Amino acid sequence: MTQAGASTATELPLTRRRLDRDDILMRVGICVFIVWMLVTLILPLWWLLSKSFEGQKGEFVGLANYVQYFSTPSLLASLWNSLFVALLTTAIVLPLAFVYAYALQRSCMRWKGLFQALALIPILAPSLLPAISLIYLFGNQGLLKEWMFGVSVYGPFGIVVSQVFYCFPHALMILLAALSLADSRLYEAADALGASKTRVFFTVTLPGAKYGIISAGFVIFTLVITDFGIAKVIGGRFNVLATDIFKQVIGQQNFQMGAVVGFVLLIPAVVAFMADRIIQRRQVALLSARAVPLVPKPVARRDWTLFAFCAVVGGLIFGILAMAVWASFVTRWPYNLALTLNNYKFGEFDSDGWAAYGNSLELAVWTALIGTVVVFLGAYLLEKTRAFAAGRLLAQFMAMLPMAVPGLVLGLAYIFFFNEKGNPFGFIYATMIILVVNSITHFYTVSHLTAVTALKQLDAEFEAVSASLKVSLFRTMGRVSVPVCLPAVLDISIYLFVNAMTTVSAVIFLYSTDTKLAAVSIINMDESGFTAAAAAMAVAIVATSASVKIAHVLLTRRLERTTQAWRRR
Amino acid sequence: MTAREAAQPPYLRIERLKKQFGAFSALKDISLEIFPGEFVCFLGPSGCGKTTLLRAIAGLDIQTSGRIFQADREISDLPASQRDFGIVFQSYALFPNLNVAANVGYGLVSRGLPRREIATRVDDLLKLVGLPDSGLKYPAQLSGGMQQRVALARALALSPGLLLLDEPLSALDARVRAYLRIEIRRLHERLGVTTIMVTHDQEEALTMADRIVVMNEGVIEQVGTPLEVYRKPASAFVADFVGTTNFLPAVVLRPGVARFGSVDLACDIDIQPGPGNDVTLAIRPEDVVVRNVAAGAANSLAVRVADVEFLGSFCRVQLAHDGDKTMVLADFSINVVRDLGVVEGMELLVSLPPDRIRVFPAAAGQP
Amino acid sequence: MFKFKVRGLLLGAAVLAVSALMAVPAFAQKTKITVYSALESDQIGPYKAAFEAANPDVEIAWVRDSTGIITARLLAEKDNPRADVIWGLGASNVSLFDSMDMLQPYTPKGADQIKPNFRSSKNPMAWTGMDAWLAVMCYNTVEGPKKNMPKPTSWADLANPVYKDSIVMPNPASSGTGYQAVYAWLQIMGEKAGWEFMDKLHNNIAVYTHSGSAPCVQAARGERVIGIGFDMRGAREKTAGAPIDLILAKEGSPWDMEATAIVKGTKNLAAAQKLADFAVSKAAYELYGKSYAIVGFPGMNPAPPNYPPSADAAMVNIDLAKMGADRARILAEWTRRYDGKSAPK
Repeated sequence: MTQAGASTATELPLTRRRLDRDDILMRVGICVFIVWMLVTLILPLWWLLSKSFEGQKGEFVGLANYVQYFSTPSLLASLWNSLFVALLTTAIVLPLAFVYAYALQRSCMRWKGLFQALALIPILAPSLLPAISLIYLFGNQGLLKEWMFGVSVYGPFGIVVSQVFYCFPHALMILLAALSLADSRLYEAADALGASKTRVFFTVTLPGAKYGIISAGFVIFTLVITDFGIAKVIGGRFNVLATDIFKQVIGQQNFQMGAVVGFVLLIPAVVAFMADRIIQRRQVALLSARAVPLVPKPVARRDWTLFAFCAVVGGLIFGILAMAVWASFVTRWPYNLALTLNNYKFGEFDSDGWAAYGNSLELAVWTALIGTVVVFLGAYLLEKTRAFAAGRLLAQFMAMLPMAVPGLVLGLAYIFFFNEKGNPFGFIYATMIILVVNSITHFYTVSHLTAVTALKQLDAEFEAVSASLKVSLFRTMGRVSVPVCLPAVLDISIYLFVNAMTTVSAVIFLYSTDTKLAAVSIINMDESGFTAAAAAMAVAIVATSASVKIAHVLLTRRLERTTQAWRRR
Repeated sequence: MTAREAAQPPYLRIERLKKQFGAFSALKDISLEIFPGEFVCFLGPSGCGKTTLLRAIAGLDIQTSGRIFQADREISDLPASQRDFGIVFQSYALFPNLNVAANVGYGLVSRGLPRREIATRVDDLLKLVGLPDSGLKYPAQLSGGMQQRVALARALALSPGLLLLDEPLSALDARVRAYLRIEIRRLHERLGVTTIMVTHDQEEALTMADRIVVMNEGVIEQVGTPLEVYRKPASAFVADFVGTTNFLPAVVLRPGVARFGSVDLACDIDIQPGPGNDVTLAIRPEDVVVRNVAAGAANSLAVRVADVEFLGSFCRVQLAHDGDKTMVLADFSINVVRDLGVVEGMELLVSLPPDRIRVFPAAAGQP
Repeated sequence: MFKFKVRGLLLGAAVLAVSALMAVPAFAQKTKITVYSALESDQIGPYKAAFEAANPDVEIAWVRDSTGIITARLLAEKDNPRADVIWGLGASNVSLFDSMDMLQPYTPKGADQIKPNFRSSKNPMAWTGMDAWLAVMCYNTVEGPKKNMPKPTSWADLANPVYKDSIVMPNPASSGTGYQAVYAWLQIMGEKAGWEFMDKLHNNIAVYTHSGSAPCVQAARGERVIGIGFDMRGAREKTAGAPIDLILAKEGSPWDMEATAIVKGTKNLAAAQKLADFAVSKAAYELYGKSYAIVGFPGMNPAPPNYPPSADAAMVNIDLAKMGADRARILAEWTRRYDGKSAPK
């Protein structure tokens, strides 16, 4: 718009474009968005940071708390423990997920649909589920106790195995996308040059997917190091950062130290996030417009080997889920294996009973509804506002931030910020609202990226056409952009729903007696020793997520059928 | 300028338009006048600024400085929604989830017109572009050419004062392109709406435009009718971009004569000979005369045929002069080739008519 | 069309605001009091129902967690208390609050008829007692013999290395039951021997649980062999069919009392006093009797099934006020020695 130009002999004044109503509304929209992100993300994090520099009475003590942290051996031990567990999990999940993704993308294996569905089961469950299952499988009364050879499932072993289960689908999805970016011409060229299959794998396939592998690695690392639920249930004596925060804040009401640990936890997440962004930028160049998609050819021995592999992995995943389901119906493990519905009478095990489930459902619905609207509107504003570069840049940056912030840290930041005396938004504390806002913010980035990707696929000139025909941008958004992007909108809502339904980390700090959530209830029941009831609640969550997901798949299929007439042929 | 145009004030007046992207100048001091009912083409290679200029006129990417007047109203700083134009894009930009009728009627609906009136108007427009029965179809069910026609109908729905076409034919294959060229021209004649079309295809510009604006690197090289631009290119760039041209380095001997290689050529020069008076002589291949050239005739050139390229209705022949030092391209019709038995290696005498030679400063060189 | 969009958005926002306000209970009729408690999860519901039936114009909003958590919270909120009443928290901790001037003294109606050691000695009373519970050993009669671990009869038995990795007990920082056990051991064995005992015990502890009831539940499930935990939970598990035995240690059983107190600075004093009155009513003690064997009402001896006999006599002689006062010091020492094995939280 207005740029400083090179001076010529006689200069005309710079042109300042006038703003029409759409422009003003969109700029206001972006400002509102920025304020929203400030209140829901930036300011709480700032509060957290400043808290970590405070002493018990709120006075500024500089780095004293940090010094204390780094000189406390037990706290430092947690840091190493967290890193160890995260790295080990990453080392295990990456190869497993890679081979599985390879099988799905690059082979002619049978039953791919089934295996893909199996692999995505862990997403539908709270992170606590595998931990509970493992106790039933390998605990002191475990079904397969002998296989442990005396190693206790409580501790790093249980944590790592549970995390592998939990992180698997996240890594798989990234690798699936990475392996789909294959250019068959490269393979044909390699073939023509007489390269052996192994050589082709190491020189063409692996490098082609390398950005996906690195990205998946960062995601797994961050997920593990910031997860709270698994460590709580099966961690035993093994302390990690996530549970430390908990102990400091809730256990000892030492908010300052909690803030410190929160900040320490933030660092690996932010580092992983930044590294990933740098990688992403390189990824874009990989696939040229002329690439020919790879259609795999059947190779019997390879296909059946991969089939066996996927059957084992998929079977294990299913087995863990099945164990939890079975355990939830058992009267008294291991002494009375008669099946009963007793464990589902949550009222007997936890003060809130089924109300906790109801709260989770309510949270999931609100998050999906409101979150989708906020995300889509935000993405639309960012993509389609003309000029106003400073505002858009700032908003874009803020939209990417939530991915770098672990749920626990966000929840902690919220307690500090919204509980502060004199905060005008303080009224949302201890209500469902703060939980909804927190969930939306926590899961913002992926939703945002989905919306942006969908919007980018629309013709870039819709808005220009709209302006020339004197139709308001918002009308075009409603009549054209939203209907065309409807599959993506549905994807966003299901993502928000399932995540809100199964989340543990953020809400563990924020729930109040009125708004206790299912995941918290699971933890409480497990703490009190009612593991079967905890399993039951976890199964209830999975059943709900699964039903909603199936409904989503059916709805999307139906949508695609009825709009077949005009979708890309 | 035709007599008609001379009588009327310009419909669109652009004054000293400049567009800067950071340090890069996309448009450097553009001034232009476009008259009511004209069909103007902005022609130039990629990156010359023609689309930037179009978008500045539309208000989609406002200029850095400069003024624009449409129908005597200054629109320099108005946002696109407050200007009066219809626009058609290379990608058609049709709304995929609305059928053809809804697309065409899109701008009419928000005017609050009664539904029947809109339907009638949509029908009229569809008939106008030759798609009377396609109202209920969706864009994905139409071919590229048909989609572009729908886009045209949509752009014309509000009867805009200015119709802007941004490389509308570039995405279509050759036959459809040829057909749509005629269609667009026919529409223009029928409706008389002032039209600006951006293209990089000089053939399109030559066949469709009333006037062509040839642009290069952010400046206007020439504005003129197709004939003017073709026959009297104002610069070496225009000469080379529109059609093919031979560029012959020469030195001025005296007014009216320049020396090219070992030959003196009479041409339209009025500068004095001297240092720095190197020139470039330009002549089009079709202007090279080969029949009935007598030895010693004015501007005759002894050449050897180096290559004959068969192009269907004519042959492009490469002629070597002065022992292969310079090549001259000449277009000989098939008849000529057959009659004279033109083959590689043959010695010929050709002539370069003085009135067909254009003179440019040597600094311009070969673009 | 655009106008409708804006209207739609505003309407949506209004709906949201209204439903948000509705999430906050209406103040119109009932007075809401915030009650901090360490009561068991399955007591929360019935207690609230009973109180509100007797006092329809007051509504309880619970904040419930383990003893240690609630205590820490109250201490943290000392200068800006959010609680109105404490109903069901270890009397040792409540005494501590009293010594820190955090309570609003009030003698509830009928408080003079409850057992003398179940009320504060001040006038007006700082707190009143509800019931008492013991820390007992829960021994799994199936797993124990399987692993050749004999049934213990005294605390000292538990130091035997044969029980390695098979005992669970609550973390005293979070659980009242855990703290009372640690305190009692220090009283029974003396400071030096007590810590030595706990050093040996530490080797046998598989994990320090967060809550006081988890150990006996885990022993009941066979996940561990011996649990040191909350007596009533053990009895209930046994009644439900779990293969455990409840053992009162020879040296005497650690115990604590649950107390009721009004928090100083409450803005709902009248309603808080109503709760304090209810807490010492006969009906209330009958309610407590459903979950505890020892209640503050004289003459009431609820004996739940499978509860070990003569529990009263097994109670170790301790000074509740001193137990509260020493808490910080003992916990600090305990954490320094043993916290590496804590279950999270």
